[in-house]
Amino acid sequence: MKNTALTNTHIALGAKMVPFAGYNMPVTYSGLVAEHNQVRNSVGVFDVSHMGEFSIKGEKALELIQLVTTNDASKLANGKIQYTCITNNEGGIVDDLLVYRFTETEYFLVVNASNIEKDWNWIAQHNSFGAEMENVSEQFSLLAVQGPNGLNTIQKLTEVNLSNIPYYSFANGKVAGIEDVIISNTGYTGAGGFELYIKNADAQKMWDAIFDAGKEFGILPCGLGCRDTLRLEKAFCLYGHELNDTTSPIEAGLGWITKFSKHFVNDTYHKQLKENGVAQKLVGFEVLERGGIPRQNYLLKNSAGETIGKVTSGTQSPSLNKPIGLAYVQTKYADVGTEILLEVRDKLLKTKVVKTPFL
Amino acid sequence: MNFPTELKYSKEHEWVKVDGNVATIGISDFAQKELGDIVYVDIEAMGKSLSKDAVFGTVEAVKTVSDLFIPISGKVLEKNPMLDAQPELVNTDPYGNGWMVKVEMSNLEDLNSLMDSATYQTHIGV
Repeated sequence: MKNTALTNTHIALGAKMVPFAGYNMPVTYSGLVAEHNQVRNSVGVFDVSHMGEFSIKGEKALELIQLVTTNDASKLANGKIQYTCITNNEGGIVDDLLVYRFTETEYFLVVNASNIEKDWNWIAQHNSFGAEMENVSEQFSLLAVQGPNGLNTIQKLTEVNLSNIPYYSFANGKVAGIEDVIISNTGYTGAGGFELYIKNADAQKMWDAIFDAGKEFGILPCGLGCRDTLRLEKAFCLYGHELNDTTSPIEAGLGWITKFSKHFVNDTYHKQLKENGVAQKLVGFEVLERGGIPRQNYLLKNSAGETIGKVTSGTQSPSLNKPIGLAYVQTKYADVGTEILLEVRDKLLKTKVVKTPFL
Repeated sequence: MNFPTELKYSKEHEWVKVDGNVATIGISDFAQKELGDIVYVDIEAMGKSLSKDAVFGTVEAVKTVSDLFIPISGKVLEKNPMLDAQPELVNTDPYGNGWMVKVEMSNLEDLNSLMDSATYQTHIGV
């Protein structure tokens, strides 16, 4: 199992460590709900150095990115970021990722840790353009400083004016005395804040500086546990849950990042789904009665007791204090307000399709 | 972590407090800490007679679901009514207000298979 540059720091802080995507990662420190609330209300820090990073360069780098991803990367300007996904030939998704544009010929792809090898092989296989590819995943650490006080925390450490970096934009600058930090207004919590990409050798220094700067905001180290509940409250998709090798971005509600104005792998199939309608759709739901918490693979039923869907993610929402989830349901049950039933153990609980994000 | 000496403990991390032939059962401080923030306690066995090690319910934390195993054979007489509205009592007061069920024991010899506080602490490695 791999460690991040900060694994020993997490252990020293008393984190509960779990294997995740081949890495030894912190799942909680002080407690999932406390960490969740700290991020929603103030600021918390996640070590997400397990994420993968690929550098794609060259005259035809954009052509390669355009072929393998669904969003239109030609719309990116320097310093801008795009959420997108890579489609396979079987109607599904290889991965969802972020594309950063440094210059017209230099890009940075940030992919899920669990898919690094699969993504790399897939992109390399489609690189008939001679784009220069480098897997720099092992060189970079990534700290996500998330929450409404994320900006105030990082601003103390840099002369770069963070208010000038809009959502899904980034700057390159000096933070905490460390040069060449990628300061990215992104995150997976919907709570605001920044993500900092640094070289592994600088990770501990950056971690310590962030905790000093965030002290007045009660900053806490946060684990993957609350990262999941935070993203779920915002209905952000998670690969392996809402997204997988057989589900189309159109079914997943990712039509907004699937652009048919350009060509990408298997676009004809997804275009047909968009035009002819999908058999199943990703929806958010809320469980209306006590009896249990929704979990991945639990079944959803109609009043006749027939299975009409399956849960992809579920939790007790710490912010809303009620059970929520995401699920694929047959399209006729996908309208907001539709009453369905969630099967938990031997019970059927009243459940309703609701608007997302939940919060 | 705290492991009162007047209680008996099972390998599955339940504790048992004996009062005549009635046993009060909950989960240990170690178990609640491992589970994290508990959000639902589902007791499915009210009124049922169960044999030792059968499932009597489920405890749900934000991220995980775990079965609850009855450490002694008997009939489930009562469940803790407070846990419906305040499941977090299992975290904050595991041996007190966080108790789960009261069971009429059908075989007192089952108690011999349980651990005392010191043995349980060795079992969990604290």
